[in-house]
Amino acid sequence: MTLEPLKAELEANIPGCQLEIVNNPSPSGQHSLLIDPGHALAIALYLRDAAHLRFDYLSNVTGVDWPSRELSEKIKVKKIVDGPDGPVEKEVDEVVKTQTHAHLEVVYHLYSMALKHGPVILRMRTEDRADRVHLPSFTPIWRSADFQEREIFDLYGILFDGHPDLRRILMWDEFEDFPMRRDYVEPDDYEYEPTAHDDVLKKTIAHYTGETPGGAA
Amino acid sequence: MDEALKVELGRQGVFATSLQELYNWGRRSSLWPLNFGLACCAIEMIATTMARYDLARFGAEVFRPSPRQADLMIVAGTITKKMAPQVVRLYNQMPEPKYVISMGACAISGGPFKQGYNVLKGIDRYIPVDIYIPGCPPRPEALIEGFMALQRKIDAQQLTGENRPRHLNAAEPSEFIVPKFGAHDLEPTQNPAIWHAPQLVNITLAPDETK
Repeated sequence: MTLEPLKAELEANIPGCQLEIVNNPSPSGQHSLLIDPGHALAIALYLRDAAHLRFDYLSNVTGVDWPSRELSEKIKVKKIVDGPDGPVEKEVDEVVKTQTHAHLEVVYHLYSMALKHGPVILRMRTEDRADRVHLPSFTPIWRSADFQEREIFDLYGILFDGHPDLRRILMWDEFEDFPMRRDYVEPDDYEYEPTAHDDVLKKTIAHYTGETPGGAA
Repeated sequence: MDEALKVELGRQGVFATSLQELYNWGRRSSLWPLNFGLACCAIEMIATTMARYDLARFGAEVFRPSPRQADLMIVAGTITKKMAPQVVRLYNQMPEPKYVISMGACAISGGPFKQGYNVLKGIDRYIPVDIYIPGCPPRPEALIEGFMALQRKIDAQQLTGENRPRHLNAAEPSEFIVPKFGAHDLEPTQNPAIWHAPQLVNITLAPDETK
C-alpha cells in the first residue's frame, strides 16, 4: 500500500494532524508513517473504521530505543588560508558534528483481514527518553495491543496513556530498570566463560585477579 | 558380609542382605519425580516417560503433581529469574530424602541465555544438585543415563559415617534461601553456603586486549 495517498487522505480528514513518511531504504522497502501522538487516536480510529481501509488487525507492536548519537558530516567551506605568497581563498573540508535527538519509538503493523491488504506501518515518538515518555495507548482501539504495549512498557519504559492495565509483564513488579534500552547495565554477576570474547572478555579481564589457586603457574 | 558368601548363599536359595542395601535399593527404585517442566527440556522429559523410552522401567513412573509426594526434582529447562524463587520454594516443600537433576544447558549454567538479563545462571546457585545432564536439550537416552547415574550414586551411599547422605545428617540443611525480587536482580544472587563463582585460571590475554 502506497503511503502518499493515505497521508493526503488522513490530512484531509483529520485536521491539524502532522504526518511524515519515513522511508525504508532496504530492499524490503517497508516505508512507514510517522504520526503525532496528539492525533494518534483519531488517526487510528479513521484507519480502523473508514470503509475502504478497515485496518481491523494490529499484528505487531514494537519498541525502538534511539539514544542520542553524534553525526559527523563533511562540508566544504571557503576559507582564507595563509599560502606561500600571502593569504589565499581556498576550499577546505570541515567536519560538522551534530547530536541527534534522543527518543523512544513505537512501531505498529496494521493489516486488514476484511479487505486483505496491509501492512500499514505507523510510528510514534516520545519527546525524549528520560521523563517525557508518554504515548497514547491503542489498546482501546485494537485489543491485541494490550500485552504488547505492556511488554514495551516493561522493557523500554514507555508509558501508554489510556492503557487499562499497564503493569510489567515479563519482569517482576519490583524491577526498576528497562532492559531493552541501549544504556541498560546488567547486574555484574560474572562467572567463568570458556570462550570469552568481545564484551564478555572485557568482563573477564575486570574479574580476573591474576592469581591462580594453589600457586601453580 | 562377604560378597562371595552372599552369592554362594543365593545359589543355595538363601537370600541375605544388609539394612543398608535394602534401604538404598528402596530409595533408588522408587524415585518419584516432581511433575513440572520449565522449557523445551520438559518436552524431552515427557518423551522419556512415554511408551517408547519408558522411564517406568526404572521405578520413576509416577510423576507427582505435589512436591509433598515427590523424591526427585528434574529441573528441565530455562529458569528465568522470575521463576527461580518458585523453583526453590518447591524444592523446600519436598520431603527428605530428595534429589535434584539439573537437565540441559540452561538449568546447568543459563545456557544460550547466560548473558541475558532475565535468566538464572544455573539452579545450583540456590539448591544442591546431584546430577547434571548436558545437552540442548538432552535426548531421552541422556536423561535415562542421568537417572541411572543418580541410582548408582544412591546405591553407593553409606548410611553412617562422614559421607552419609544429606537427609541422615542432622547438621545439613533441608531448606534453602528463597531469593527475593530486588530492584535490579534477585537478592541474594546466589546462596553463598552452597555456591561460589569458579575462580578464573590460566587465562591468556593478548597484550592489546588488556587495555
